[in-house]
Amino acid sequence: MLNRAQQDKVLLSAIWASATITILFLLWVIWHILSNGLSHVTWEFITTSYTRIGESSGIWSMIISTVYMVGLSLSIAAPIGIMTAIYLTEYSKPGSKVVKVIRFCTESLAGIPSIVYGLFGMTFFVTTLGLGFSILAGSLTLSMLILPVIIRTTEEALMAVPVSYREGGYALGASKIYTIWRLILPSAMPGIITSVILSIGRVIGESAPVFLTAGMVTQIPQSVLDSGRTLTVHLYKLTQELFSQSEWDQAYATATILIVLVLVLNMATKIVAARYNKASH
Amino acid sequence: MNKFNINNLDLFYGETHALKNISLNIPNRQVTALIGPSGCGKSTLLRTLNRMNDLVENVKITGDVHFDGNDIYQDSDVTALRMRVGMVFQKANPFPMSIYENVAFGLKAQGNKSKDEIDAIVEESLRGAALWDEVKDRLNSDAFGLSGGQQQRLCIARAISMEPEVILMDEPTSALDPIATHKIEELMDELRKKFTIVIVTHSMNQAKRIADKTAFFWMGELVEHNDTAELFNNPVDQRTQGYVSGEFG
Repeated sequence: MLNRAQQDKVLLSAIWASATITILFLLWVIWHILSNGLSHVTWEFITTSYTRIGESSGIWSMIISTVYMVGLSLSIAAPIGIMTAIYLTEYSKPGSKVVKVIRFCTESLAGIPSIVYGLFGMTFFVTTLGLGFSILAGSLTLSMLILPVIIRTTEEALMAVPVSYREGGYALGASKIYTIWRLILPSAMPGIITSVILSIGRVIGESAPVFLTAGMVTQIPQSVLDSGRTLTVHLYKLTQELFSQSEWDQAYATATILIVLVLVLNMATKIVAARYNKASH
Repeated sequence: MNKFNINNLDLFYGETHALKNISLNIPNRQVTALIGPSGCGKSTLLRTLNRMNDLVENVKITGDVHFDGNDIYQDSDVTALRMRVGMVFQKANPFPMSIYENVAFGLKAQGNKSKDEIDAIVEESLRGAALWDEVKDRLNSDAFGLSGGQQQRLCIARAISMEPEVILMDEPTSALDPIATHKIEELMDELRKKFTIVIVTHSMNQAKRIADKTAFFWMGELVEHNDTAELFNNPVDQRTQGYVSGEFG
């Protein structure tokens, strides 16, 4: 039998080993992508549009489509999600029927495989509503997908706001809506911004529900009713038909852009959160 | 003259009978201390005076509480009541914003004051809470940078910014060191000139030092209520006598 000190040592080394493995895996993936892709990421690659043949093929239109998709999905899902979370934490009675129904819905929504959303979006938004394969149909589908994430994380952020803030606000005769708007929501803002980061990552990362609803057209969309191909869909499409070295290079370069994009987004939102904290303090 | 007249007040938290047939008058511009062992109902009673108990689920209140002659449980304007009856909590609860914004919060919520008016009231309130000299050069810095005692005085400044008539204090010094406590007690001596103060305290010495009237609570009942010196020196009820002599509590 091991004595207490030895048990501690074994457990501690297991913890260290796990942490090291995690970090190594992450670094390995990033290194693999960057070492294969970085040299092919040129200014020209980023700023020219895609051509199936020819040497100067780029991803500019996919970047634009991705930005549209992220922006539109968030501007649909974030207000609805945040307001739902406010209702759930601040207004509804805990344990009431409405709350149970909303909880059940959001949890079920979160558990559905994303391809099922794609199928639904293709049938309902694309065909029934007649939006066609478009950025709008894609964004509506993706907003349903990220809604549970936004609701859940915003709820957690709101619940983490100390009760003493609410009491302090009400004790000054501030109305409930004022206290929520000026005190509770700002206090929860870092958590809400985090939930938005998670959602951006999700929107960028999805492929199947996107090409089923927004299509794969490689042109720059002129409006939200045009089809567009996001970066992830583009990568998926490229990897399906890797015939030449140039296509391999493009795939790795696109993956590099995706990784860099996610890193930059993460850092940008962290900076925003930090600024926001400073401003509100 | 009385600021509050409490008549036959009963309060239930679900099945728990937390306050039992309380009748108590709270005199204007004096300090009334509510004392008694933990769970005796003193904080609950304090929170009926600005209807903070409304925030708790399953509270049932019978009897009445008159504030300047009006029954506050008949009048539905809770926000108006809370502007006139301010509150300071057991643990200082500054908001996560600047010192200035903390004091201005209630005024901005009211929404009818200009920037200049708010600036003036913020200064006046901070002076009133004996905090101005310590913070006047850093009004825009984070309120969390203040010491515990300063934070509590900031909360007092925030309460008096609304120009209330009454300030309720729920063990305002229980988390503070003796020096900070002393400062707050000195401040209360100033505040009693303008405000009616009701304070819940665990410390009998504090009640002796600052209170004009003291009320002793025991298991949801108001046992005895008298001038502070009378209550401590010549308690009528045996339970009061036991508590003030330190036999229990």
